[in-house]
Amino acid sequence: MSSQDGTPLIRIEHLTKNYQLGDIEVHALRGVSLEIRRGEFAAIMGASGSGKSTFMNIIGCLDKPTKGTYVLEDIDVSGLSRDELAQIRNSKIGFVFQGFNLLSRTSALENVELPLLYCAMSNKERKQRALDALALVGLGDRVHHYPNQLSGGQQQRVAIARALVNRPSIVLADEPTGNLDSRTSVEVMGIFQELNERGITLVIVTHEPDIAQFAKRHIVFRDGRIRSDRVNSTPRVASEVLKELPVIDDEEEEAA
Amino acid sequence: MKSMNIILSAFRALQRNKMRSFLTMLGIIIGVAAVIAMLAIGQGAEYSVKQQINALGTNVLIVFPGSQQSGGLRMGAGTMTTLTEDDAGAIGKECPAVAFVSPGTRAGGQVIAGNLNWSTAVEGTGADYLEIRKWTIEYGDFYSDQDVKSASKVCILGKTVADVLFPDASPVGQNVRIRNVPFRVIGVLAKKGQNAMGQDQDDIILAPYTTVLRRLSHFPYLRQILISATSPANIPVAESQVRDLLRMRHKIAEYDGDDFTIRNQSDIAETATATTEILTILLASIASVSLLVGGIGIMNIMLVSVTERTREIGIRMSVGARGRDILTQFLIEALVLSLLGGIIGILLGVGGSSAISAFAKWPTIITAFSIILSFGFSIAIGIFFGFYPARKAALLNPIDALRYE
Repeated sequence: MSSQDGTPLIRIEHLTKNYQLGDIEVHALRGVSLEIRRGEFAAIMGASGSGKSTFMNIIGCLDKPTKGTYVLEDIDVSGLSRDELAQIRNSKIGFVFQGFNLLSRTSALENVELPLLYCAMSNKERKQRALDALALVGLGDRVHHYPNQLSGGQQQRVAIARALVNRPSIVLADEPTGNLDSRTSVEVMGIFQELNERGITLVIVTHEPDIAQFAKRHIVFRDGRIRSDRVNSTPRVASEVLKELPVIDDEEEEAA
Repeated sequence: MKSMNIILSAFRALQRNKMRSFLTMLGIIIGVAAVIAMLAIGQGAEYSVKQQINALGTNVLIVFPGSQQSGGLRMGAGTMTTLTEDDAGAIGKECPAVAFVSPGTRAGGQVIAGNLNWSTAVEGTGADYLEIRKWTIEYGDFYSDQDVKSASKVCILGKTVADVLFPDASPVGQNVRIRNVPFRVIGVLAKKGQNAMGQDQDDIILAPYTTVLRRLSHFPYLRQILISATSPANIPVAESQVRDLLRMRHKIAEYDGDDFTIRNQSDIAETATATTEILTILLASIASVSLLVGGIGIMNIMLVSVTERTREIGIRMSVGARGRDILTQFLIEALVLSLLGGIIGILLGVGGSSAISAFAKWPTIITAFSIILSFGFSIAIGIFFGFYPARKAALLNPIDALRYE
């Protein structure tokens, strides 16, 4: 399927997911098979109701499939308990959400430290790793700011740092640019591209085609099935797109 | 390490809502303070009632000789000639639960002082009689052991007798003649008033029992032995020690009945103590209702907090918090609230009780028991009322929690 080099990180076979909504059974996923290799940058696209969010929740170990197998790094995740799934989320998966989902009244540093609170680690190491992750997303100078003192783009970068801090096998982003203006969106995609170049596997869910253009692989969902899965041989490069966009004064944006 | 982090984040969460945390704690603070203050007041009342009862001389035992029987005729209590001075001495020496012993006898007769006279009872006692009866001398002195040993002809007048025989002057140092035997008055008893039966307890003359035995009654046996136990609680102990000793001294076979009777007034003390104990329990249970209400307050706030922070719970779960991590976090928050409230409540309760003692002159007693009890109670309340909201949080579905607006 993919021409990307590397070993398979995620292997999904005949995945189905049914929801019970009152008397009606909703078939959110109707047999999805997929492989994602290390180092990939895939965009999952599709209209709302196509099953892409359900799919994202399952590969993020937030939800369990009704049928089918999901193997993440040689672990069959589909049969794990709630606590075991939490363990997997803690050690192998990083999440970035549309609404940032930062803890309010908690500094950027503490937000980034959050995943490390749930694994054994010294305070010193935890702080160092959180600082490193914040520096990686370019927020080394804002570690003690609270979310309400940061712009949307900066908040999303804190969220990305939080997703990276536990050195996950894969970073999942659910509509990461949904709450951002177009310039900030491109900036965030730029960070993702940078991370991908460093070898981090990324899967983003988006319904915006021009955001998906930054990814190297497009998987399109429709009615709970994969409709198309193709390589994007000419991804847009965020740093180049940024040069063409009108420059907005960052300071002014913050003040607003 | 991990649990330390959870405790720290619980503190931080409570700090974010200082006012709300404080108001929630207030329920526990008031509850604990009320329990401590009420227990202190109750136990203080119990103590002062006990003190007052002790002052009545309720740790007193009285040994009477048994009744004489001749043919089929039983002569009534105190008719047997079995109690001796040596018995009284032995009780004082050999019964550890006995504090004081006063051998007693009694004689009646006409008392003459100058041109006045009066018929009254003469009570022969030991030197410790006043200690046992919790009686005091108004003026003058009481007779000493030496007076008792040497059968001195000295006497103490009851207030009524003193007023009748010496209406104008102090009787101390004067002589009275009891059945024509001259006695020197060395003191006057304080007024005691009527006893429970309406008898005037001040219409009496006290004299060393040796003198009464030898000079007035000419009867070698004691009418009674007055004993005080070391404490009201020791009355039964003292009673059995005295009984065993007397049975041994009187060489009574195991299957024979006693040739003496022991009476005590401990039932009065028991009733009064039981009453104040009920009072303490009543006060404490009313106060613990407020502790319960405080606990419900904690549960209420924790439920609000769980709902309010559903999204936070979702975020924590998405980054790898397990159900039990969330449970621990909220349980610790509830515990911190109740523990902090408990500690402040204890300080307030102790301070309040001392204030009550200082200003209202009410006796209050704070025991370690009441502090441990209310502290333990507040921990239990934190766990009990914190568990349900914490469990509710722990069982949230991460996807729903993340989507919660």
